[in-house]
Amino acid sequence: MKALPVIHFVLGLLLAPFLFGVINRTKAFFAGRRGQPLLQMYYDLWKLVRKGAVYSETTTWVFRAGPVVSLAAVVLALLFVPAGRLPAVAAFGGDILLVAYLLALARFATMSAALDTGSSFEGMGASREAQFSAMAEPALLISLAALGRHVHAWSLSGIINPLGPEAWRGAGPVLALAAGAMAIVFLVENARIPVDDPNTHLELTMIHEVMVLDHGGPDFAAIQYGAALKLWLLGSLLVGIAAPVHTGSAVIDGAAFLGGMCALGVCVGAVESSMARLRLTRVPHLIAGAAALALLAAIMALR
Amino acid sequence: MHSLMDTLLVVVVLTNLWLLGSGRIGASINAAAAQGVVLGVLAVLIEEGRLGVPLVAFAVLSGVMKGVVFPWLLRRAQRVAGVNREIEPLVGYTVSVLAGVAALGIAMRLSARLPLPAPAPSALMVPVALFTLFSGLFLIVSRKKAITQVTGYLVMENGIYTLGMAIAREEPFLVQLGVLLDLFVGVFVMGIAIFHISREFDHIDTDQLSALKDTQS
Repeated sequence: MKALPVIHFVLGLLLAPFLFGVINRTKAFFAGRRGQPLLQMYYDLWKLVRKGAVYSETTTWVFRAGPVVSLAAVVLALLFVPAGRLPAVAAFGGDILLVAYLLALARFATMSAALDTGSSFEGMGASREAQFSAMAEPALLISLAALGRHVHAWSLSGIINPLGPEAWRGAGPVLALAAGAMAIVFLVENARIPVDDPNTHLELTMIHEVMVLDHGGPDFAAIQYGAALKLWLLGSLLVGIAAPVHTGSAVIDGAAFLGGMCALGVCVGAVESSMARLRLTRVPHLIAGAAALALLAAIMALR
Repeated sequence: MHSLMDTLLVVVVLTNLWLLGSGRIGASINAAAAQGVVLGVLAVLIEEGRLGVPLVAFAVLSGVMKGVVFPWLLRRAQRVAGVNREIEPLVGYTVSVLAGVAALGIAMRLSARLPLPAPAPSALMVPVALFTLFSGLFLIVSRKKAITQVTGYLVMENGIYTLGMAIAREEPFLVQLGVLLDLFVGVFVMGIAIFHISREFDHIDTDQLSALKDTQS
């Protein structure tokens, strides 16, 4: 049983790009196309890793460190994230703060690299990323704190592992509000519609994509892989809260968790197919809504 | 049953936040209507053990009035007066939502030290009632258009209705019916007033009405 957390950590590392395949397939289905192969992102990563990298002469070591630091921070954060009933590789009281700030560190590295290029487009993207993530962070932390207060535990494993269907019957409002806030944070942090369109290549509307325009080859592979891991990380938090399954058998729980992740991918694809991207000035409005939901969950949990 | 009641009360809180954050008149009318229907269901749930015909009839009546008739009247007023769909708040939407959350916190604290004649059916009931009152008041104060002030008035009435459910369970049937009738007349009259204001002045911006002067001097 000791090896179990390690297995699902490795599964996360392996399967994270697959989630993008599920999202893209869903979008293709809604558009009436067959879509790219489910494993397309693996091919892309493999292609990028074999390429060489080109560095502009105006950039410094900050630019080269960006992708490495951000990937390392996200992998480290993944160590603390449980998969539904299965505990994480490592856990201690207060690791919710560590995970939130490891994600912030990853973002900081990406933004510094973007600013280091001196390109005005990338600076614009970094500024938007900073604005939106600064607003999304309180929503994430407050909703986790509300849940932590509800179950009296301050580590991610301690919060998510005890949840089960019976928790939804007992404290449905707290869980539903926190899950709602987490869902919005999930879309904001991973730069999905309605906050950012991952397919757009019009610089004026981009947030995440515009920051990584100058990276190429293995660096770009690290960025893409880091984005996939972040999607997996926040997604597994969301699935752990929204669809807790408790059967007693680790294999069935794990399978239910993976099924939940696939369902999340389908949901994201469906949202992206049925909604338009919000106007940039309205995005803070949405994130404030998430913060309000999280605060509401906290008030309910404190009661 | 208890958890279902709590869930419905949270839905009421969410409709309040929706009202505070929505930028379209249509959306805010929908939110007020949804709130009215949810409160109607809640009224039936509370009297679980002693359901009588008058009680169910009143809950259904109030749900239909608030969920169908008032929205219809308001939409008609909006259409006839040719009101722009934008709400034009004095306080921004994001700030309104955050002010709403703060108001909920205050309502929670306030209700904790409020002496009640009888314990409320759910611990959330009184705070939600106070919060609904606060947000209705906030909507009336912070929105410019007459039509959104009517929705604010409706929300305030919803708050009073919830408070009534919480503390005065044996409220006479006639009183409740009278309140509902007053509300109906209020919305009806306001609809006509909005129409006349807009016909007279080409807009229903209440800010500009306060600048009117007596013509004979």
